[in-house]
Amino acid sequence: MSSFEYANAPESKAIANIATSYGLFIGGKFVEPKKGKSFNTINPATEEILSKVGYADKLDIDLAVKSARTAFTKVWSKMPAKERGKYLYRIARILQERAREFAVVETLDNGKPIRESRDTDIPLAAAHFFYHAGWADKLDYAGLGSKPKPVGVVGQIIPWNFPLLMLAWKIAPALAAGNTVVLKPAETTPLTALLFAQVCQQAGLPDGVVNIVTGDGITGAALVNHSDINKIAFTGSTEVGKAIARSISSTKKSATLELGGKAANLVFDDAAIDEAIEGIVNGIFFNQGHVCCAGSRLLVQENVADEVLEKLKKRMSLIRVGDPMDKNTDLGAINSAEQLKRIQDISNTGDAEGASRWSPDCKLPSKGFWYPPTIFTGVSQSHRIARDEIFGPVLSVLTFRTPAEGIEKANNTMYGLSAGVWSDKGSKILWAAKQLKAGVIWSNTFNKFDPASPFGGYKESGWGREGGRHGLAGYLTSQVKESK
Amino acid sequence: MSRIDVNKTYKLFIGGAFPRSESGRVYEIKGNNKKFIANPALASRKDLRDAVVAAKAAHSGWANATAFNRGQILYRVAEIMQGRSDQFIDEICALEGVTTKVAKVQVEEAIDTWVWYSGWCDKLSSVSGSLNQVSGPFYNFTTPEALGVVAIFAENKPSLLGVVRTLAPVIASGNSAVLIASESYPLPAITLSEVLATSDVPGGVVNILTGKITELAPWVGSHMEIDGVDVAGLSKKQEEELKLVGADNLKRIFRFSPTNHPERILSFMEQKTVWHPIGL
Amino acid sequence: MIIDGSESSLKKFLSDLPPVDQVGADSRAAMLATRSIKTTSKAWAIDMAISMVDLTTLEGADSAGKVKALCAKAVRPDPTDLAVPSVGAICVYNDMVKIARTELNSIGGKDIAVAAVATAFPSGRASIAVKKLDTQDAIDAGANEIDMVIDRGAFLSGRIGEVFEEIKIIKQLCGDQAHLKVILETGELVTYDNVRKASYLAMLAGADFIKTSTGKVAPAATAPVVLVMLEAVRDYFALTGKKIGVKPAGGIRTTKDAIKQLVLVNETAGPQWLNPALFRIGASALLNDLLMQRMKLRTGHYASANYVTMD
Repeated sequence: MSSFEYANAPESKAIANIATSYGLFIGGKFVEPKKGKSFNTINPATEEILSKVGYADKLDIDLAVKSARTAFTKVWSKMPAKERGKYLYRIARILQERAREFAVVETLDNGKPIRESRDTDIPLAAAHFFYHAGWADKLDYAGLGSKPKPVGVVGQIIPWNFPLLMLAWKIAPALAAGNTVVLKPAETTPLTALLFAQVCQQAGLPDGVVNIVTGDGITGAALVNHSDINKIAFTGSTEVGKAIARSISSTKKSATLELGGKAANLVFDDAAIDEAIEGIVNGIFFNQGHVCCAGSRLLVQENVADEVLEKLKKRMSLIRVGDPMDKNTDLGAINSAEQLKRIQDISNTGDAEGASRWSPDCKLPSKGFWYPPTIFTGVSQSHRIARDEIFGPVLSVLTFRTPAEGIEKANNTMYGLSAGVWSDKGSKILWAAKQLKAGVIWSNTFNKFDPASPFGGYKESGWGREGGRHGLAGYLTSQVKESK
Repeated sequence: MSRIDVNKTYKLFIGGAFPRSESGRVYEIKGNNKKFIANPALASRKDLRDAVVAAKAAHSGWANATAFNRGQILYRVAEIMQGRSDQFIDEICALEGVTTKVAKVQVEEAIDTWVWYSGWCDKLSSVSGSLNQVSGPFYNFTTPEALGVVAIFAENKPSLLGVVRTLAPVIASGNSAVLIASESYPLPAITLSEVLATSDVPGGVVNILTGKITELAPWVGSHMEIDGVDVAGLSKKQEEELKLVGADNLKRIFRFSPTNHPERILSFMEQKTVWHPIGL
Repeated sequence: MIIDGSESSLKKFLSDLPPVDQVGADSRAAMLATRSIKTTSKAWAIDMAISMVDLTTLEGADSAGKVKALCAKAVRPDPTDLAVPSVGAICVYNDMVKIARTELNSIGGKDIAVAAVATAFPSGRASIAVKKLDTQDAIDAGANEIDMVIDRGAFLSGRIGEVFEEIKIIKQLCGDQAHLKVILETGELVTYDNVRKASYLAMLAGADFIKTSTGKVAPAATAPVVLVMLEAVRDYFALTGKKIGVKPAGGIRTTKDAIKQLVLVNETAGPQWLNPALFRIGASALLNDLLMQRMKLRTGHYASANYVTMD
């Protein structure tokens, strides 16, 4: 070897005992779907089939909701809050015990690098359960009124980008607040949710408190429209979020929605440049850019744009694209053929509309779904790649001359989920944070998540917050809001 | 011939280790049935001095650990205690003369108290801190911060719960503690220190002394390195004397009712307010 | 001209450097520490690390016997395996230089450099006259490399012109005979901004290598500090075309630590710096751990300290 080439460092798959098939998890047991339908889930890095999971339709949804309602009325709402909390602590601890297994299954099913599942997804998921376990018997102190009440039975629909983590963001606060749930994982990433069902069994969680129903968009709609659901919690595209808002408009149901984003990552001329480069790279290439709060627009102050771009390109050529099970992989597989096509279609408008595309040289595997880390320079606000959420490893680069102009461009979008600010000057950071219309503002950092930190968007990025004291509100009956 | 038990030697808990009193003294503890149980250490003012040194040394690391980490450790204490329930039940029965059923309730409440406070560690500033809307272009926030070294005179009875109820809220926020156990019912405190020693609690965060209250209280009151005191185990008169001498470094001295409440955590914290301009 | 030689021009240049965000730098270093270096790449890294070691003894109790034993170890780290490369250099106090050079030459180690610490190492607290004599002694004794310390007191009190001048003077004494390593003592500089500024200052004054620490103060060569120094040599190269070397010293005890350093180099300054002419590791105990790891790769089982020589 003439240079320092990292040899293959594969994580072993042996720890993952993926069954050949899974039923639906309803009433504390795995049951076959009433109509016996099922569908496959594949590994997007290799296209091989991992398992066959049940397809839940209206009848199964109905069974699941009934199970959740019975559990709520007869068991969960009657249980002393501190005992409820202890179940959540047990779940947190079991997730920590089985962390490696979950990380491997997550990477196989989702395509994200094993380093990310291992170091980010799974630990954060366990932390969410741990954090919310502590709230269960302290709701009086949450600033939401004395003796706040749960909403009842909650329907939850989660996306494929952080399967177990999104499940934790939904289930942990719901249960801590005293609700029971029916959760539908994403069509392409059901496996860690089904393993989670096993964890519920290991924790001794009472039957029906958590129900997992696998399926597709039709399954999701059936859940949203079920008459005995009190609240919907949804994370996914803005388009579907709006459809849900319409569906429930004539009902008493409340909803929290975590939708899309097109976040601006503002780099000022007084930024710590090397760390800003890491923040830019992390902002758009972490998780293959499949992040609602991704920093997908780089807004760099024009007087440092050349320097930033040169350093960015050099840094991007260090990004290792490939086998997600290799511990040194930085950028894994795109989650599905469908998502890959979407990324390609929107990115191609970048070329068509006159922006300049650049990617470092990388060897993409022949099987599976892959996209190289890509930047477009010469982008303006009117380009599709500056407005539409691509949800892939594609960064649009724009410039600004003055701070005010930077803020204006950053806010010039129907989204408002997140933003990044890079500057060494404290007052400027706080000034920018005040001006930016975004629910989460990262200063001199990016993509940082914590169960104690509320997350959610302005405008068409959704309704409500998840995490922290504020995140509990969505799962407790409002003291004052009327629903019909 | 029936088997002879190996009786436990009860020592002090200082800096994560189990030393005897530097004075070499012990005193006798008999059970409720007047039978001899043990000779726990009779701590001297020098043991107290050493405990405070250990507590001070451990404070910074403990306060700067993430709240999540502290919460995990307090929960771990509960896990380890749960596994040792029987040991605590036996000890309480022998000491207090109560039934197994009554002792079990006490032990379970003690375990659940650790769990309760564990869940508070990372929620304190959400609940007690604030961003203050001042009139001017300033970002102004208030956040609670641990005091430092807090001395605790544990409740006399219940002998185990009286220790846990006073100790957990003190350390949840990052304070380190020097706990003086009940003079008449000291043993569960020492057995608890065995749990602490095996629960990832860093050495020095909790220090436990057994001995004469009248001997130790004045030294606690006058020690300039002790920042706060919970006087649960003191008489009214002892409390007043402590407050008199504690005024020399304005110790934060409190007596709480025997319940769980976040105020017990916050009373041993300081509220810090920071200003920063907002502008270009 | 980057600077015109005046203290004010130097101050302005240094203060115009971009700031370092500590949390960001720590996090980049931590991410690079997760690289998993196995099998062939591990074998390559171990041999490269061995060839980069500046095998060091800087103790008051050092004697001729100790230094000669170190020389033997430097030339043939593993007497049972001649495929193991020799180390990069020997590092000793300047009154041991002659002994080391003579010994190395007589046991087949004429290609191994002798580095001498100088300028009132480790504190740097002496007059410039004493520091010059100190350095000259080492040069006269045959040192190939001089590891000098900067005046941290002067740096921290803002007298950076003095710091600059001292380096220039010592560099002049080195002439063509010795390359100059400038020790920043990053543990005393504390902030990453200071490390960045001191790195540039040293390079502008003529350093051939910038070195983290004396090894007598902790913290020494932490990953984020080495990261900042590698960024400095990378950017200095882009600015001037000159490649300056980096030497972490102190606290690098295990093979894992050494490999993490090589990853830092690889993904910061780049592969061009992955050779002993541009990267050295100041260490003593590290060498035996490298040898044991090498044995494990060769034999497949965990090694024992009984099978490596103590010196």
